[in-house]
Amino acid sequence: MSRLAPEFEKRATDLMALYPQRRSALLPLLHVLQEQDGHLSNDGMEHVAELVGLMPAEVLSVASFYDMFHTEPVGRYLIGICTNIACMLEGAEELLHHAEQRLAVKHGATTPDGLFTLEEVECVAHCDKAPCAQVNYRYFGPLAEESFDALVDDLSAGRLKDEVPPHGTLIRVRREGGLRVHPQRIIEERAIVAGQIADRAAGEAAAKKALEEADAKRKSDEEAAKAEALGRADEGQDAESGAKAATPAGSADVEEKAGQKEKGS
Amino acid sequence: MAIATVPRIVTSRIGSYDDSHTIDRFLATGGYDGLRKALTMTPEQVQGEVLKSNLLGRGGAGFEAGKKWSMMRKAPTRYLVINGDESEPATFKDHMLVEGDPNQLVEGTIISAYAVQACQAFIYLRGEFALGLERVQQAVNDAYRNSALGEDIFGSGFSLDIVVQPGAGAYICGEETALLESLEGRRGMPRIKPPYFPAAMGLYGEPTIVNNVETMANMPWIVSNGSAAFAALGAGRSTGTRIFALSGHVNRPANYEVEMVKTTFRDLIYNEALGGGVRGGKELKCFVPGGASAPWFGPQHLDLPLGQDEVGHSNGVLPGGGGSMLGSGSIVVMDENTDVVRAAWRLARFFARESCGKCTPCREGTSWLDKVMKRIVDGHGSPGDLDLLRDVCDNIAPGLAFPYAMTTICFLGPSAAMPIMSALTMFPEEFERRVGAAPLRAPVGAGRMAP
Repeated sequence: MSRLAPEFEKRATDLMALYPQRRSALLPLLHVLQEQDGHLSNDGMEHVAELVGLMPAEVLSVASFYDMFHTEPVGRYLIGICTNIACMLEGAEELLHHAEQRLAVKHGATTPDGLFTLEEVECVAHCDKAPCAQVNYRYFGPLAEESFDALVDDLSAGRLKDEVPPHGTLIRVRREGGLRVHPQRIIEERAIVAGQIADRAAGEAAAKKALEEADAKRKSDEEAAKAEALGRADEGQDAESGAKAATPAGSADVEEKAGQKEKGS
Repeated sequence: MAIATVPRIVTSRIGSYDDSHTIDRFLATGGYDGLRKALTMTPEQVQGEVLKSNLLGRGGAGFEAGKKWSMMRKAPTRYLVINGDESEPATFKDHMLVEGDPNQLVEGTIISAYAVQACQAFIYLRGEFALGLERVQQAVNDAYRNSALGEDIFGSGFSLDIVVQPGAGAYICGEETALLESLEGRRGMPRIKPPYFPAAMGLYGEPTIVNNVETMANMPWIVSNGSAAFAALGAGRSTGTRIFALSGHVNRPANYEVEMVKTTFRDLIYNEALGGGVRGGKELKCFVPGGASAPWFGPQHLDLPLGQDEVGHSNGVLPGGGGSMLGSGSIVVMDENTDVVRAAWRLARFFARESCGKCTPCREGTSWLDKVMKRIVDGHGSPGDLDLLRDVCDNIAPGLAFPYAMTTICFLGPSAAMPIMSALTMFPEEFERRVGAAPLRAPVGAGRMAP
């Protein structure tokens, strides 16, 4: 198998330009490679590694983690039958058994003509149409044995070739153009917004401070007036409290009693 | 029983038009109105609106979206990542949203990016959503064409790029730090915490907000109609409406957008306008309340309201108390004829397959659970296997209670124990019958459950 053809390499280069770091484009790039060959070839993965600046083994380590990447050739149509709980409750295991008989292969295997690969997959989020299947990630369901046979017949006869592209083709809608916003512009904008926020915060803080100062001044004025009024009336009491403070033994006694009370409660 | 009529917030177009995914229908039904309004406000005002609406994240954890935004570290480079890697078994709401109303998702994403002042947004969609990926890419192209994306959006001075990123089939990439790893072009393995929130350190080490697709779909409505209108729906901490994905043995399996808290599980499953009852008039045996990771519920839980805290604080079935969770909002109904041992095994195998292999209790434990469950299902189990199951579960999720204690970096490991422990606690006699009986090989088709 081969490296990326010029047309696919162009798409790969465009994709890498979308990310702040080109390694982020690795999964989309592997999808592009899978679109070209139907699976991930060693040569292809080496090419992808060159593009994103990784060792080929690193690319393989990523590719082998994800279920959708196939490092071995698969059929033109990858039929995945979900047997997770919602589908299982609707008879998915029986459907899978039927599919194995209809295609004359066990799940995980490819038909000799290379047309179909049968897979047992985990929940594909189509549970209201259970039991469901996906063919090259296009959804079908709910499926009974007859409707599954009809689906296989349609695929074999090429009647669904518009709805279901060959395995590997995932997204047929292309992004129109690269990034539209220059990173420099973003930084400038953020600076302006940060400045506005800081200005507003400073304004609010100044207003708050002015308000607090006014408040404090009013309070201190009031207190001064009050103290002046009280000062004249309580001159006698002041003298009395001064006398109390002069007898520390008495106050210590009071404190001790209070401590005992606390322990008791 | 009547269900209160409430506005449909995220499925207004999907429920009304066949061409709900087209830009023409979108523009004819108030498309970009929320975005235009948001751009007349300051970013903090938009954040304030979302905070006041008390919108809980719709991904599964139910964290307040506005609070998450406010935790964003103030750095010049910030990212917004939309989590559309919907892979929780029996969850199919985001699948519907990306295929049915992709423009609404893009609008919500732009509003959120403005609120958190992100410089670039990524919409990470599950790789299997081929049609969804095409439609969201089309919606992004249409947004650029209508100057809702790119430089100087609607003359506001705000600029943004959105990149649509396909995943490649890995359940674990729904975990936000694993998703970021995947978006950086690596194996999708969750990152070690702390830092707990990507808002502090996320994509490329920069502050990043990761929000769910349905959370984004709520944004245009919240901004257009105000937080008060949103908060008026629901009750307590669970405000607004939410999509519940109903599947399994019900007459009308589908996604239903209903008011939170004001609707109960019974309404959802039995109301004629919603689930329409258990198929074939059979009795309900049990149901999964919030995705495969949630402990199961029985008929005694039917009258619980569909609210985050109501379900979380309820008295669940697991030893040690604790309730269950609303999780991803997917409800799987099992009727009286269901083989619960087989159902629990199927979920155990799912977790064994999807464990990323980073933490030992999960990597070893999930495959162990799978193997023990499989031999019980096939009739080769021994009575000691039940204690072995409890022991392995206890090693992954110590205490076996919910919410669980953690021995792993992410929630996948302890989640694997939940369906098994639920089935084992609710229906011990079915397990005992299986392991006590003479070994018998189940022929293919013997586990048939379809009506």
